[in-house]
Amino acid sequence: MAKFNLKINGQTQEVDVDPTTPMLWVLRDHVKLVGTKYGCGIAQCGACTVHLGNNAVRSCQLPVSAVGEQEITTIEGLSENGNHPVQQAWLEIDVPQCGYCQAGQIMSASALLKRTPNPSDEEIESAMNGNICRCGTYTRIKKAIKTAVNAENV
Amino acid sequence: MTKINTHIGRRAFIRNTSLASGGLVLGFSFLNSCKPEQAKEMSGTEMPNEWFEMNSYLKIGDNGMVTVYTPNPEFGQNIRTSMPMLVAEELDVDWKNVVVEQAPYHAEKYGFQLTGGSTGIKARWIPLRMAGATAKQMLMAAAAKTWQVPAEEITTKGGVLQHAASEKSAGYGEMASVAATLDVPVEVQLKEVKDFKLIGRSHKNVDAKKIITGEPMFGMDYQKDGMLIAMIVHPPAFGMTLKSVDDEAVKAMPGIKDVITIKSFKEGFKKHGFDTNAFPELVAIVGNSTWEVMQAKKKLNAEWKPITATTEIVNGFFGKETRNTPAGLESTQGHKAQMEALASIPGNIVRKDGNPEAAFKKAAKILERSYSAPFLAHNSMEPINAFAHVEGNKVKIAAPIQIPSFIIPTLESSLGIPKENIEMELPRMGGGFGRKGYAHFVVEAALISQKVNAPIKLVYSREDDMTTGIYRPTYHATYRAAFDENNNLTALHIKAGGIPESPLFANRFPAGAIDNYLAEEWSIDSNITVGAFRAPRSNFMAGAEQAFLDEVAETMNKDAIQFRLDLLKRAKENPVGEDNQYDAQRYAGVLELVQEKSAWKQKDESKHRGVAAYFCHNSYAAHVLDLKMENGKPVVEKVVCAIDCGVVVNPDAATNMAEGAITDGVGNAFFGELTFKDGVPQKNNFHQYQMIRMKEAPKEIDVHFVQNEIDPTGMGEPPFPPVFGAVANALYKATGQRHYSQPFITKKEVVG
Ligand code: FES
Ligand code: FES
Repeated sequence: MAKFNLKINGQTQEVDVDPTTPMLWVLRDHVKLVGTKYGCGIAQCGACTVHLGNNAVRSCQLPVSAVGEQEITTIEGLSENGNHPVQQAWLEIDVPQCGYCQAGQIMSASALLKRTPNPSDEEIESAMNGNICRCGTYTRIKKAIKTAVNAENV
Repeated sequence: MTKINTHIGRRAFIRNTSLASGGLVLGFSFLNSCKPEQAKEMSGTEMPNEWFEMNSYLKIGDNGMVTVYTPNPEFGQNIRTSMPMLVAEELDVDWKNVVVEQAPYHAEKYGFQLTGGSTGIKARWIPLRMAGATAKQMLMAAAAKTWQVPAEEITTKGGVLQHAASEKSAGYGEMASVAATLDVPVEVQLKEVKDFKLIGRSHKNVDAKKIITGEPMFGMDYQKDGMLIAMIVHPPAFGMTLKSVDDEAVKAMPGIKDVITIKSFKEGFKKHGFDTNAFPELVAIVGNSTWEVMQAKKKLNAEWKPITATTEIVNGFFGKETRNTPAGLESTQGHKAQMEALASIPGNIVRKDGNPEAAFKKAAKILERSYSAPFLAHNSMEPINAFAHVEGNKVKIAAPIQIPSFIIPTLESSLGIPKENIEMELPRMGGGFGRKGYAHFVVEAALISQKVNAPIKLVYSREDDMTTGIYRPTYHATYRAAFDENNNLTALHIKAGGIPESPLFANRFPAGAIDNYLAEEWSIDSNITVGAFRAPRSNFMAGAEQAFLDEVAETMNKDAIQFRLDLLKRAKENPVGEDNQYDAQRYAGVLELVQEKSAWKQKDESKHRGVAAYFCHNSYAAHVLDLKMENGKPVVEKVVCAIDCGVVVNPDAATNMAEGAITDGVGNAFFGELTFKDGVPQKNNFHQYQMIRMKEAPKEIDVHFVQNEIDPTGMGEPPFPPVFGAVANALYKATGQRHYSQPFITKKEVVG
């Protein structure tokens, strides 16, 4: 066990955990932020995606000991009240089915738009290919990303 | 207007006192605390000071806000929106004033709370509308009583009661306290389709905001003070069971509380058909956190031994069924050989029309093709999990399950707790696809809680979820067609089977359209457990049948859609046999609609198009799929889809579901496969089990519904099965090669 001071969604959180614990489980079990989802545990599905600084990372592969001073943003902290343009676009297109993958999808999409404000179809597909949606909402996800781009550009 | 007597639903309208006082207190504590805000946001008003219970499905606040208790568990089909829409429609209330709450499991109040078989809206179509209509009638009676005017003169609109002659009006909230004291009417009027204001218009997912902000809502998100995490160590192979466990080292690991063994069934328990479970004897590790338990799980030393063969009688959906579980360690290679052996000898004849033997003997030409498909894992994104808290002879459960009532007898027996003392919340499921209909994990969680005497959440790892069974079976079908010297189709012969069940539907199309018809089946026992998977059996038969009919049409030089329409015309005008389980006109209707919407008749040689249609779960679906090969990989450019599921309650949500079913179908047709070696599943996570991703998903999906006023039928499953046929037929156009065994694309083999 070791103590870590983590910067999560703009707040400092102290946790006392085994240093190998992935951020996914620190968030879910210790910080009680369960919006970040467990899907595979091996960086294959993207359900656990969070932002580390400005980058989308798979929190199931991120040991708590590797985080240090870096800011972590989870779905709960992406915006004040669900008003991030990507979240708004998700509502407009009514993307979710079961919804389990969607936090990860939104975190991947919002990191993409931060990096590439006007992505091509290929860029969208590459950035989103690590996020599985078992319900098959891919066509809507793509549409919502484009909707968010357009909303930002007006 | 349709007058409907409510007596059939009378028991469903009993007052819901436990819910009126806030429902089960156990639970999503932070979710509960969010409710007033959500309610406020939806209605723009404060929460009411008082609620008045109209029946078990709804209560009305003194400010006119309405809470609808939606009865069936949600797994992504959006019934938490469409079911309350049915209530609100007949209640005549503005949608913005409706708040949706998930009802807990309660058979008496909510009937059969089944999510599966595309039955939700079909089964609730009348009862939920009646719940709204009876409440409205009670409000009208209350207004009549208060204003001393005849009830028939009162009208309602958007949550307001009016009496034109006396110029009186009042909101529902003002009359709710009186209405709630009145008798539930025996007869109510339901609206006609043309008068619907909510039904048939798209309404956004009521949970979308919670989903996109990451609020806790799934079974996996369940938290409770003092809750421990449990995980299970399963035998490494089908055909194996627990022999002994050495838990000493693991018990000493950090955060580990206990290591226990459980037996899921009591000796002599009469199992239900959904008590499927390959591994009833298990080792569970209980600890403080998921990560710590996961580490312990890797270190546990257990010894396993082979199972012995058993024969059981289970209570299936259609009565008693015999289930044989052979001993041994099975492999895909052996399965294939067994299936081919049975496919080559006569099967059990299920249907025979005319004289197929003679027709085949006389045939100028015979076309014979065999199709196969592997076992599939459901792979819901949310792995299996369950919360349970046993306290004395009571248990509280919250688990993502599709059919809560089916697991009650098992819980009663295994825990020794009477069913009145079993409370069950129904959190949102992160997908189910049939898998979460088999709720052995609820029993496991409850037994663990009982043994360790603490609230626990049982979590299956992805590997546990993928390797412990209840798969879509593996199937095989041989189709034969006989043609006369003029190339007319004279006979059709299907022989279908699988491990461990036959996929055959002998009375579905093309039965009824062909004079000489023979359908046979066979099956092979196995110890690999199987269960429902989105459109059971149809999900294989549709692909095989529609790919074969494509080849028959080609052999006859006929257009693929016209050929099917010709058969359906025959089935409609002069059907062969009696028991044809489809409506040929509605079947033709979806083909005609997809033909029109895809501009099928404008033959465009640059497009590689495949068509397929199917009927299952009371609905009809047809797809035209355009595919091209790019660097040796298939790209699905567009899918045009036509569906006849009667009245479409929430069109955009239904469209979303169809898009999902199509994407799911393309994914499973291309990649879906689970193989076995010596009883061990050869894939245990997504690095091995290829799932469809955005790059492979159809670039465009265009969904159309047949407009009619028929009571709604299934929607979640019907668009899925025909995708396999449309993919196979389009792949043939794009590559010149017919594809007979799924998956059509594997990492090793590049097609085209
Ligand atoms: S849970 Fe981290 S990628 Fe799947
Ligand atoms: S919405 Fe269900 S997994 Fe994506």
